[in-house]
Amino acid sequence: MRPFAYGRPRTIEEATRVVADDGAMAIAGGTNLLDLMKLQVETPEKLADINRIGFGEIEDTQAGGLSLGALATNTATAVHPRVRADYPVLARAILSGATQQLRNKATNGGNLCQRTRCFYFTNVDQPCNKRDPGSGCGAIDGVAKLHAILGTSEQCIATYPGDMAVALSALDASVDIATANGEKRTVPVREFHCLPGDTPWRENVLEEGEIITAITLPPPVGGTQIYRKVRERSSYAFALVSVAAIVEMEDGLFTRADLAFGGLAHKPWHDPRVGEALIGQPPTSETIDRAADILLADARGFGENDFKIPLARRALHAVLEPAAEGAG
Amino acid sequence: MTAHMKQDKPDRSNRLDAMKQGVLGKAIPRIEGLAKVTGTAPYAAEYAVDGCAEGVLATSTITCGKVLSINKDAVLGMPGVIAVIDDPKLITRAAQGTADEAPQQGPKTVCYWGQPIALVVAETFEQARDAAKHLAVEYREEEGVPLDPQAVEPEEQEDETVRQGDLAHAMAKAAHTVDVTYTTKGHASAAMEPHAAIARWDGDKLTVHASLQMLNYNISELADALNMEEVDIRLISRFVGGGFGSKLGISEEVVAAAIAAKELGRPVRVALSRQQVFQCIMRRSETTQRLRLAAGEDGRLIGFGHYALASNLPGETFVEPVLQSSHFLYGGENRELMLEVARVHRMTAGSVRAPGEAVGMPALESAMDVLAEKVGIDAVELRLRNIPDQNPEEDLPFSSHKLAECLKQGAEAFGWDSGLRKPRHSRDGEWWVGTGMASAARVHNIAEARARVTLKADGTALVETDMTDIGTGTYTILAQLAGEMLGLAPDSILVDLGDTRHPRGPGSGGSWGAASTGSAVYVACKAIREEIADKLGVQETDLDLAHGTAASGEALVDLLDGKDIVREGHYEPGDIEDDYTASGFGAFFAQVRVNRFTGETRVDRMLGAFGFGRVLNHKTARSQCLGGITWSIGVALTEALEFDPRDGHLVNCDLAEYHVPVNRDVPDLEVLLVEERDPAASPIQAKGIGELGMCGGAAAIVNAIYNACGARIFDYPMTPERVLAAMPD
Repeated sequence: MRPFAYGRPRTIEEATRVVADDGAMAIAGGTNLLDLMKLQVETPEKLADINRIGFGEIEDTQAGGLSLGALATNTATAVHPRVRADYPVLARAILSGATQQLRNKATNGGNLCQRTRCFYFTNVDQPCNKRDPGSGCGAIDGVAKLHAILGTSEQCIATYPGDMAVALSALDASVDIATANGEKRTVPVREFHCLPGDTPWRENVLEEGEIITAITLPPPVGGTQIYRKVRERSSYAFALVSVAAIVEMEDGLFTRADLAFGGLAHKPWHDPRVGEALIGQPPTSETIDRAADILLADARGFGENDFKIPLARRALHAVLEPAAEGAG
Repeated sequence: MTAHMKQDKPDRSNRLDAMKQGVLGKAIPRIEGLAKVTGTAPYAAEYAVDGCAEGVLATSTITCGKVLSINKDAVLGMPGVIAVIDDPKLITRAAQGTADEAPQQGPKTVCYWGQPIALVVAETFEQARDAAKHLAVEYREEEGVPLDPQAVEPEEQEDETVRQGDLAHAMAKAAHTVDVTYTTKGHASAAMEPHAAIARWDGDKLTVHASLQMLNYNISELADALNMEEVDIRLISRFVGGGFGSKLGISEEVVAAAIAAKELGRPVRVALSRQQVFQCIMRRSETTQRLRLAAGEDGRLIGFGHYALASNLPGETFVEPVLQSSHFLYGGENRELMLEVARVHRMTAGSVRAPGEAVGMPALESAMDVLAEKVGIDAVELRLRNIPDQNPEEDLPFSSHKLAECLKQGAEAFGWDSGLRKPRHSRDGEWWVGTGMASAARVHNIAEARARVTLKADGTALVETDMTDIGTGTYTILAQLAGEMLGLAPDSILVDLGDTRHPRGPGSGGSWGAASTGSAVYVACKAIREEIADKLGVQETDLDLAHGTAASGEALVDLLDGKDIVREGHYEPGDIEDDYTASGFGAFFAQVRVNRFTGETRVDRMLGAFGFGRVLNHKTARSQCLGGITWSIGVALTEALEFDPRDGHLVNCDLAEYHVPVNRDVPDLEVLLVEERDPAASPIQAKGIGELGMCGGAAAIVNAIYNACGARIFDYPMTPERVLAAMPD
């Protein structure tokens, strides 16, 4: 670990200023950043501890939705009565991630910004275009079991590892951002994370000096809400594949199917065509397979992770078959 | 005074059963438990030592070759950096268990990716770690070295080879045959406490606090590495946060700390990172195993074949002893067993949690399940029919044998239903539910040991030995043993462990600690009893001691009359080892559910029934079994070391990515202790227990997966993608 300067801004304005002008890196729960600093994957010269700038509240919005403060913890969010009642897919997604201890410390904003767990990214003695642009991708011909099958590039096949953002994507939540010049902007969660392309080091759309202040959930839509995480061990393991689903049925036909997938790509994967293929259809195996065909049309495995292609299909069945029963 | 016992004959006197204190075997909580859970038990890195400098190992970023130069000057200019040490005496691998001599030395030669090549010492740990990462090293890399165990010509381990009768012929004529090949992935010990050492010198005398399992061997290994005499070294390992084989031999941090402390004239601490523990201590080898079983109509084996391939670095003597229990578990007069090793440049392979049976038994016991199905008889019944009367390869009786009782009692307690053998008999929503079972076996090991017991004039006692407590309960069981023999409550006995100044024993490993050092304590206490009996004018066999008082009414403190009685016990196994086959036995039963969509497997419940001689403490023994069964779940479902195919480095090198079972993976576990007295195993009639709980348990889970969903899988661990690939539509 390198020596670093540590500061505690008291306001969002101060925080965005030190991040923009002094090149400080914001730290909140630190559950990911501290590990990466010990490994020297991250070597910030300055840390801005933003835990004292506010934005820890969870509040109703005028539109009837819910605003999740960026600095509210994952635990506080998952147990919030309105999250549990109106957005159960989010509560379930958060609770399926990490461990109780980590969730107690991790914040909503930080969770969105967590880095990939690719073995080659976290090992500074191995090549990684994300960590060390131009050094190559260790994973493509290496151990790539956890890696992406959708939206990959020649540069990077890493996955976004989180669960919370997958549910937020299905819910079509948006990210509220404070900019360096004192303004605010809002980005849909579905557009917040980037695909690797030729810039694998760029994982989300935050510009220099920008800090997430909140996540806004739209008014609740009801329906059957499911978060299904397929993993090798039943806790403290990243998803092989995960599915966030909000499903409604009427007269035995899908009237709503908002779906997002984790473990498949560099970002929570939302393809509107997958849900659209289900609307107006009965929950038969054939219908679900057609939706899976759309989801996986461009999927490409890298040997060790080939299994994710059939597994994603099966996970979709696992979610939609019982959901249809529950919603019908 | 030393009392000596060499056990050449079975000891059927069961003297411990005649004792009156009534404390041995009782489920008393660990003596040191409170200190551990309140953080007051110091582990190796936690001793406060004035002026201690911090060392961090720099490790190789090539697989094989030579270190041509290290640019020390560049890092010596960094803040706080004191020294870069690449002394040729530095060891580059951990010593194998009971090596008794230094492992590979000389950090200029690199044999695996991640191998230590130097030690960077600084004022703070963070400074040393940063400098170690910045060390500019020039290598001459050797290209094209073998990394894939399947791609090299293996070497036969001739000592392991058995050819009896004609297996090929038996396979050809048998009514039922099974010929299947299994693979297992590598495993990590994954002890909670990472390896660490603090070394300090007082003139030419060296003291090292380290996390080690076998001090008696470790002191020789360290002395050899440093060209020193053992009398000038003191090793201290009072508390060890789990060993699981990874701390059997000295490892790189111990020697590095000692060399640096000498060179710098101040104490030096070297603590490995979690990643370094994974990458430069020990791995369990992956294995490929072919099982050939030939049985008659009734399922009785007429032929038994077990071939195994493991790997290790060139020059290492250790080869995963996969066949250890296969030699005697089941009969079959036509036998062919062979173990081979592939030499590859992955990190050192060594002892990890029940070396041998941990992976050999799951393969064998899965194959037995295939056979039971072919024969059309119950899996428990198949095992019962194949228990041999004596060791089928040597003309040796078993010292004791509880397999049949464990199978029967385990089946009864679990509610084993021999009628539910067709896959997919039961579904709960989207989960297939099934059951499976397997036998357990683990060879019994024991070794020479010494311990000193002092019965103090005040009526308390002191037990001193270099034996370690690696979380197993040694402190407690030795207090119980001495208390039982001397008629004292365990809380009036101080057990002082983990210090080479004490009489030496074999330490903890191979499940031999309790029986070996326990026997030395027994021998010492017996000698003290003789002294007391003398004072009373009775035979030792007639002496009844309880609660500090002899049955005749005299209090011990009065008899001692202000004088301590000190005896050293010296136990040697003797010829008995050649006269018997000694092993722990048991049986596992598991119920699992397999998701019909995703192939995820979760264990619903599991039971293990074990016979391992005398139970010294029901609580710590049961805990050992619970831990073993938990390991079984890891072997069956989640644990797998992954190596990069191009440079052989271990990629999943932390506890987030190397998946030991977590609480939620471990359901209610039931342990049945089928208590017995094994007269040939040790004078305390106890055998090893630490490892037995994982020797075969994974097969019970895997057999249950088949019973649940019809997927026969031959590659451990049974991850969702493997289950799905094998699951019928």
